[in-house]
Amino acid sequence: MDFLLKPFQYDFFSRAMMVGVMSGLLCGVMGVYITTRRMSYIAHGLSHAILGGAVMTYVLGLNFYIGSGIWGFGAALLIQYLTGRKVYSDAAIGIVTTASFALGVAVISSYRKFSQNFEAALFGNVLGVSPTDLWVVTGVTIFLLSLVFVFYRPLLFWCFDREVAQVQGVPVFAMDTLFALMLATLLVATLQVLGVTLIISAVVIPASIARLLSNHFGYMMVISGVLGAAISFAGIYLSYYFDIASGASVVLLSTLVFGIVLIWTQFQRRRQRHIPSLHPSHLS
Amino acid sequence: MEPLLEIRNLTCGYQTEPVFTRVNLALYPKQLSGLVGPSGSGKSTLIKAMLGLVHPWQGEILVRGKRLKPGTSPPKVGYVPQVETVDWNFPVTAEEVVMMGRYRHRQFSPWSSRRDRLVARELLERVGVAHVAHQPIGELSGGQQQRVFLARALVGEPELVLLDEPTSGSDLHVQHELLHLLAELSQQGLSILLSTHDLNSVATHLPWVVCFNQGLICQGEPTEVFTPATLRQTFGADMLVLRQEERVLISSDATTLLHELRNDLPPALRRNNSRSA
Repeated sequence: MDFLLKPFQYDFFSRAMMVGVMSGLLCGVMGVYITTRRMSYIAHGLSHAILGGAVMTYVLGLNFYIGSGIWGFGAALLIQYLTGRKVYSDAAIGIVTTASFALGVAVISSYRKFSQNFEAALFGNVLGVSPTDLWVVTGVTIFLLSLVFVFYRPLLFWCFDREVAQVQGVPVFAMDTLFALMLATLLVATLQVLGVTLIISAVVIPASIARLLSNHFGYMMVISGVLGAAISFAGIYLSYYFDIASGASVVLLSTLVFGIVLIWTQFQRRRQRHIPSLHPSHLS
Repeated sequence: MEPLLEIRNLTCGYQTEPVFTRVNLALYPKQLSGLVGPSGSGKSTLIKAMLGLVHPWQGEILVRGKRLKPGTSPPKVGYVPQVETVDWNFPVTAEEVVMMGRYRHRQFSPWSSRRDRLVARELLERVGVAHVAHQPIGELSGGQQQRVFLARALVGEPELVLLDEPTSGSDLHVQHELLHLLAELSQQGLSILLSTHDLNSVATHLPWVVCFNQGLICQGEPTEVFTPATLRQTFGADMLVLRQEERVLISSDATTLLHELRNDLPPALRRNNSRSA
C-alpha cells in the first residue's frame, strides 16, 4: 500500500494528479461536442495556434492564461470568418493555426533561452504544475461544466442541426461564439498536461470510446468525462513508475483502451447478429 | 380571410446572382400546398427565406399582417429540412430529436419536463412512430426518419409547417402515407407548404400547387394549373398531360428516346422480355 501511495507524498505529484484528472474530465466532456460536430481538426489546429499566443504573451510579459486565451479565441473567430468566404473550412484552419504556430516558432528561435519551456509547451509537463495553475484549472473546470449544464439544450440542438435550431429560436451565432470561447478556454487551461501536440487525443479519444458505447448524447458526455478523468489518473500514475513522459503515457493508455473497446464492441455486435433460420414455411 | 404568411415582391440570391425575383405569395390557415419546380429552381431558397435563414435582397415577409424583421423566423413555424442535410450518425434518439422542437418552451434546463416528454410521446404516436422512440435516429427507416422530423416540427405547436422535399427518396406507399398525414393536419387548421419536384405521385395529389422556377409561374388547383404550357414554363421540357375526371397524369414527352433504347437492348433480353424471376 505504501508503495502505491508513495508518489502522493510529493506535493508536485498530487497537484499534477488533480490537474490531470480535471483536464481529462473537461476534455472528455467537451470532446463529445467537438467530435460530433466534426470539429476535431479545429481543436487540433487551435492548440497549435495557442503556442503562438503563449510565446507572444511571454515575450510581452503578459499573463499566460489571459493572453493565450484571447489569442486562441481570436484564432477561432478568424477561422469562422474565413470559412464561408470561398475558403474551405479545413483550409481556413490550416492557414490560421499554422501561421500562428510558425509565429511562435520564429520568436522562440530568436530567443535562445526558451528551449526548456518550448519542450513543455509541445509535449506537456504536468509535473511542473504550479499552485496557481491548479487554481486556474479548477476554476475553468467549474466554469465550463456549468456552461455545458446551463446551455445543454441549445448547444445540443446547435450541434445536431444548426439551421432548424435557428428557426426554433436558438441564438446560433451566439452559440458559435460561446463555443469558440469555451474551446479556447479549454485548450489554454489544459495545455500544461499534454502540450499542443498531444492535447487533441484527450479531446478525441474518450469521446470516441463513448460513441462506441452509447447512442445517447447525454450519456456519452458522462462516459467520456469519467473515462477521460480515469485514464488521466492511470496514465500519470503509470508515468511515475515507468519513468516516461506523462503526456505520452496518457495518450498511449487511452489509445489502448480505445482499441480494447473497439474490438469488444465489434465482437458483441457479431454475437448479437441473428440470421433467421430457414423453416419450411419460408421456402414454400 | 387574412393570410397567415404573406410574401411581397421578394427577391433572393447568393453572392451576385439572384435565385428568384419578385415573388408574391400568400399562405392561409388550413391550406395544404405544394411548391413545384425542377431541382435548382430556388424552392429551397424560397423556403429558407420564409424561415429567415436567407436574407432577402428586396421585398418583405408579413406574418398575420405584421412585417417580419429580415433574418428572423416567424414565431410559430415548424421546419422539416431535406434528409440529406441531417447527420444520421449523430448520437440522439427519436424522442430526443422531437424534444428539440420544444426549445422555445424550455431553454435552460438539461432535463426535459414531464409535459415535454408527454407532448413528444403524443406526437410520436400521432405520426405512428412511438415504437421507435428510444432508438437512435440512424437505425430508423427512411419513412420513420421523415416522421420523426415532422413530429419535431409539430411539437412546438406551430401554425405553419414548411417541408423541403419531404417525399424525395421514399417509395410510393411511404409518400402517400405522409401526404395523408399532412392532409389530416391541415384539416385541423395547420397551414402546410411542401416543396417537391415529383409531379405525379405528389403534386397532383395536393389541393393547391404553386409552380415555381426562379420566380412564381402560376398557382391554383392541379387540374387547372397543370397544362402543357405551364409545365413547359416550369420544367423547361415538353410534357403530356392526361386527364381522367378528377385525376391528372403527367408524362415526359421523351418517348422517342425510349424506343431507341429499347432497340438497343441485348438480343438475349429482347427475345423473351417478360420473363419472371
